[in-house]
Amino acid sequence: MIMRFLHKFSSPPYFYWLSGKMLPWLTALLIILLAYGLYGGLVLAPADYQQGDSFRIIYIHVPSAWMSLFVYVVMAISGAIGLIWHIKLAEIVSISSASIGAAFTFLALITGSLWGKPMWGTWWVWDARLTSELILLFLYLGVIGLYGAIEDKRTAARAVAILALVGVVNIPIIHYSVEWWNTLHQGATVTKFDKPSIHPDMLIPLLVMAVAFKVYYGIALLMRCRNELLQREQNNRWVDEILEKL
Amino acid sequence: MTDSSTLNAFVAIVRRDLLLAYRHRAELINPLAFFVLVVTLFPLGVGAEVELLKRIAPGVIWVAALLASLLTMDSLFRSDFEDGSLELMVMSPHPLSVLVLGKVTAHWLLSGAPLSLVAPLLAMMFNMETDAIKILLLTLLLGTPVLSLIGAIAVALTVGLRKGGVLLAILVLPLYVPVLIFASNAVDAAMAGFPVSGQLYMMSAMLFLAITLTPWPTAAALKMSLS
Repeated sequence: MIMRFLHKFSSPPYFYWLSGKMLPWLTALLIILLAYGLYGGLVLAPADYQQGDSFRIIYIHVPSAWMSLFVYVVMAISGAIGLIWHIKLAEIVSISSASIGAAFTFLALITGSLWGKPMWGTWWVWDARLTSELILLFLYLGVIGLYGAIEDKRTAARAVAILALVGVVNIPIIHYSVEWWNTLHQGATVTKFDKPSIHPDMLIPLLVMAVAFKVYYGIALLMRCRNELLQREQNNRWVDEILEKL
Repeated sequence: MTDSSTLNAFVAIVRRDLLLAYRHRAELINPLAFFVLVVTLFPLGVGAEVELLKRIAPGVIWVAALLASLLTMDSLFRSDFEDGSLELMVMSPHPLSVLVLGKVTAHWLLSGAPLSLVAPLLAMMFNMETDAIKILLLTLLLGTPVLSLIGAIAVALTVGLRKGGVLLAILVLPLYVPVLIFASNAVDAAMAGFPVSGQLYMMSAMLFLAITLTPWPTAAALKMSLS
């Protein structure tokens, strides 16, 4: 039953049709979640006793940092699926995720440094989390660069999948090496700001924003995949039928 | 072909690559000269104060080693790809991952090993103590094979491309981060008189992990680049 659905879902015309149906609903969901999350986070949540209103940037910063790792894992898993079972759609999901993930990583770095300036008095410190996030951005850029460099897009997708899998093995190694590298030299600067418990009024909007970012990723991914599908399948009849209707 | 064992094939590949390199002796010097030159530039760039140089020496030597190994990396499969012998290796009855391991071994013997042996000399020029130099040599001997093994994956991915050079650096350098961190950390700790066994165990673990895991993605990437 599930297998039959997956087979059907991974056929390009069906995927194109179904994703077209899903997009408006997802967009509506995103608007509701964003409206509630942003209002709850930016207006309703009390100001932090230590950081005042500056802490509110976490409603963008933390979800995008979570997404930066989540998207990498999605990219690697769908890359592996494409590599093993030669499913065209999995390859497309993998490569379409790369630039979205890079954008989330960049957003996390930028908002982090905007927050760091008033809080730490500096735009950048070579802190463990910041450094490993920066390296993650380089990993994404490598994936995008490799995909762009290879002419044949199916070969490129397989190359990218291998690279993403190598990266997934390396991300924990890089993460812990950077963490130990830092803690051996100086005390932690981040955990000082971490409170043992966070007020529910602050936490709930944060979780809502995290879900909103996931939905946004879903929307962006579907749209990129649809675009990529049309380009790759441009010689097929179902693409012609869609284009005639436009 | 079928009666020769896989181990013989491994040895044959290593011997072949060493022999090929021996016939082009002049090229062997280039990465070493590059390594020494990059390290020499640092005292000129940051100033020749003895204390400062001593403190940055492990990092400088290790970063120069990373760059030198990156420089030689592109040649790992390039000539075999161009003259077609890589295709014969893929078609041979032996597992490609073993042949890849042979090529990487030869590559390390020609680039990483001599580089590690020259490094103590440079460390002395930076006024490092003998104990710290021993640790530096140890980290280089443990770390440079990891660089060759990880780099091989990226080289295999880019071997079919005409302009692989800059892309290779972007693909490989982020993956080199753990090696750099543990190695320079071990030497730093040795200079400060702290025990370094933790970092060295970690580097050994990475070495064995790399030996056992990296030949497969490299072989897969080579097959993909050739198809």
